[in-house]
Amino acid sequence: MAPATGVPMGAIAYTTRGLTKVYGDGHTAVHALRGVDLQVPEGEVVVLLGPSGSGKSTLLNILGGLDRPTEGTARFRDTELTGLNDRQLTRYRRDHIGFVFQFYNLMPSLTARENVELVTEIARDPLDPGAALDLVGLGARMDHFPAQLSGGEQQRVAIARAVAKQPDVLFCDEPTGALDSQTGRDVLAVLQRLNQSLGTTVMIVTHAASTAGMADRVIRFADGRITSDARNATKLDAAEIHW
Amino acid sequence: MSPLTRKLLRDLWRMKGQALAIALVIATGVMMTVMMTGLVESLSETRRAYYERYRLADIVAPVVRAPDRLAEAAARIDGVAAVQTRITGGALIDMPGRAVPIQAQALSLPDRGAARLNDIHLTAGQGLARAGDDDILLLQSFATAWGLGPGDTLSVTMNGARRELTVVGLAQSPEFLFTAAPGEMIADDSRYGVFWMRHGALAAVQDQQGAFNQVLVGLTRDADAEAVKDALDRLLDPYGATGAHGRDGQFSDIVITQEIAGLRSTAASVPPIFLAVAAFLLNIVVGRLVQAEREEIGLMKAFGYTDTEVSLHYLRLVLAIAVIGAALGCLFGIYAGYGMTDLYLKFFKFPFLVFRLDPASFVIGVGASILAASAGGMLVLRRVFALAPAEAMRPPAPADYSRTGRVGQAVLNLVDQPTRMVIRRLTRQPVRMAGSVIGIACGMALSSAMLTIFAAFDVTIENGFAVADRSHALVGFNRAVSEDTILALKRRPGVMRAEPMRQVPVILSNGRHEHRGAITGLPEGATLIRALSAELAEIEMRRDGLIVSQVLADKLHLAPGDTLRVDVREGRQPVLDLPVAAVATGFSGTPVYMELEALNRALDEPGRVSAAALLVDGAQAEALYAWLKDQPAVAGVAIKNEMRAALERMMDEGAGQTRFILGALAFVLTFGIVYNTARIALAERGRDLASLRVIGFTRGEAAYVLLGELAVVTLVAVPLGAALGHGVTQLLAAAYSSELYVIPALFAPAAQGQAALVVLSAALASGLLVKRDLDRADLVETLKTRE
Repeated sequence: MAPATGVPMGAIAYTTRGLTKVYGDGHTAVHALRGVDLQVPEGEVVVLLGPSGSGKSTLLNILGGLDRPTEGTARFRDTELTGLNDRQLTRYRRDHIGFVFQFYNLMPSLTARENVELVTEIARDPLDPGAALDLVGLGARMDHFPAQLSGGEQQRVAIARAVAKQPDVLFCDEPTGALDSQTGRDVLAVLQRLNQSLGTTVMIVTHAASTAGMADRVIRFADGRITSDARNATKLDAAEIHW
Repeated sequence: MSPLTRKLLRDLWRMKGQALAIALVIATGVMMTVMMTGLVESLSETRRAYYERYRLADIVAPVVRAPDRLAEAAARIDGVAAVQTRITGGALIDMPGRAVPIQAQALSLPDRGAARLNDIHLTAGQGLARAGDDDILLLQSFATAWGLGPGDTLSVTMNGARRELTVVGLAQSPEFLFTAAPGEMIADDSRYGVFWMRHGALAAVQDQQGAFNQVLVGLTRDADAEAVKDALDRLLDPYGATGAHGRDGQFSDIVITQEIAGLRSTAASVPPIFLAVAAFLLNIVVGRLVQAEREEIGLMKAFGYTDTEVSLHYLRLVLAIAVIGAALGCLFGIYAGYGMTDLYLKFFKFPFLVFRLDPASFVIGVGASILAASAGGMLVLRRVFALAPAEAMRPPAPADYSRTGRVGQAVLNLVDQPTRMVIRRLTRQPVRMAGSVIGIACGMALSSAMLTIFAAFDVTIENGFAVADRSHALVGFNRAVSEDTILALKRRPGVMRAEPMRQVPVILSNGRHEHRGAITGLPEGATLIRALSAELAEIEMRRDGLIVSQVLADKLHLAPGDTLRVDVREGRQPVLDLPVAAVATGFSGTPVYMELEALNRALDEPGRVSAAALLVDGAQAEALYAWLKDQPAVAGVAIKNEMRAALERMMDEGAGQTRFILGALAFVLTFGIVYNTARIALAERGRDLASLRVIGFTRGEAAYVLLGELAVVTLVAVPLGAALGHGVTQLLAAAYSSELYVIPALFAPAAQGQAALVVLSAALASGLLVKRDLDRADLVETLKTRE
């Protein structure tokens, strides 16, 4: 598989060293991350598994530029994320990152196409919004408002919105959490297709262990630490996943 | 403490900023109500108590000279409870360092014992019991204005003779709550003096030995005042009676009655506007508050709380805010009320004045706030209750914008997505947006109306003192004199122009409507004192009828062409029927004009004048006034700049003072409304805005979506507010106008502009405050929480 972004195969997207996140202080301190060391190569599909509060979402938020670590470093390519100010983090999100959330976070006042355009208007090298919606199989419904779409369709719009800017990395926090299994499979298939056709690095946070089958690599979390980090010998097709 | 109560307290604490903003809006409404009604209550109650304690006469009957024995006959009239005869006379006080003499009134007090009616309140020194013939009691306010006290002497001219009088004491009287020079409406403690002498002493000065020239009458509870007046007139007619009058013919009482009426009408019209605006806003805000609690409501219902229990919980939240606001409003209202009563004491010389809180105003203020707040909350609660608990706990389905999609697609195609979000929000819920627009427009209307009223006060003064009356000074004569006096005046150095006037005291009546005042005769072509139309065009003096000021025309229900009964109260006292030729706009007082010669002909007194309007050369003014001071025929000189300064003081410090408080409240309310609108918008959009930030929009770009909406709402509200403001101005102008001065309902573009600036600044400040919160918002947290 040749990456579409021109980044050489095997180049490193993320490197973290001793990444620590503490919420609150004193007796009420909660250690969400306790010194995480990690490397994520470009173009991989990484699934982060673990129970609630294990730190996987915190890691995702820090790598995605939504949050800052208490200690340690996180590097994206040649950029030290911990050294960026607020404006630079916004720039980083705008230029490199796509997000998909459990609750879609679409703008109810914009149609599917307009939700995608929201991103393409500010991106450097965006896809055509129509093409992005075609990619998630919603080309025919692009003039519908979120209220007129099912949950799965809304999530697919959210994915189209995330990928339309051709991000280098796509972060998905429980992307199938609010969906039934068939719709969930469809959504995962879209993510897989994107990875394969655009070479986008995809990081998925999930409770659902079965999702791990479609990953290049599965990282398990517990109590703010990585407990295992394994590569799949064979990747399953999204359609083969059951949960 | 039950968990729900704890939740209530924590919720209150969490939303403290907005709760305070809402409470302040309620507070302004309640404060207005409490302050204004309290002031009305205090003034009228204090007046009643003062009149009662010092036995102010119900009826006063002036007469030229009547023998003492008539007092007994007067006391026998049916309905008369008490009679006091006395002597009164004009006087001129010559104050050192002042070119023009000061007009004064001398009054007699019984040689022995207290006055049965119109008693005095001694504030310093001693009474007249052991006083000599040249000892006087001086009106407290006049003494204060000139720094006089017991032991000081005054040089006074009475009945043509000058004498030195010694002040032995200072006094207040319910008859002189308010003093102004005769013929003027303007409070001025320093330009009109009142003093009391022993009856015997004043009788000697005024050639009234064994006689009196005024009867004071106190009525029994069930007396028929008109019948008593008629009986008195019949009794006194052979002795030169000019007509008995009630308190409505007494200057001080007229002024305070007008003031209380003005306050009462302001209290009846203005606070409800504030309260209504506050209630409207409260309704919106509370509705939104409950909407945001949807998930928690679902949770409580899932635990098994009944609809009633949940409703009560939110009702308590609303009540807590409403009661805090109402309590604050009462405190502010009482505080402001005290401040206002202090101001009133400067103008109305009460020996005591207690601020009274009208309990009804408190109840109305609190009740209206709570009703409005509960209505807002309960409407939304009903909608939430309609949902199953599980449904309420799920994130709500995205708001449906599909019906707005078709609206103006051509327009939408021209704009970027954030702008589309703004437009769709505005068009999706036109009712809610209209609510915001009307709310802000109400704030703007109050501000613009108050600012317009400020301007209108200035216009009244400017028109009254510079446009209608262009003279520098008015010289009043002791009695109607020959018009040759004007020629003599014209020849004096320093007099650049002198025009004759004739003022005749009259009672005007049209059917059962009656007014006690004066007709002013002016020559044709008069240039110094003029009647003006509403457009400020000069109205020529007419030989064929009267020119009546608008306020009086309204009071007597007159229109041009009507005939007015004129009961002249001087000289031969003829009763005339004169047509109303025109209606003039009035600025101050209730003038009635007629052409001088025609007036004299009607009175059968040709060639007479009673006053002169002068244009004076400033360089020679001092010498001219000094000369006038020594003329026996001159009763007084009124210098216009002094009158103007006194009126300005009265408007800024006394009656007109409420407008500044109302103005400040209007600004506070405007800000409260705009800020709440912005807070609501933020609460509703928080999640969308966080999503925008996550996608990579900068703070400024995300804020645009929020503030764009606020900007549009504000910009639509401004012209609407200007239009509403014009309506409120009319209400306020009517409330502030009285027989003393007329406040016009102007259209003042500058005031509208300033009000727009107030609204826009409030929007800007609110926008910045809200943007600060938006910038501080934790993206991750906002996204995790559902709606």
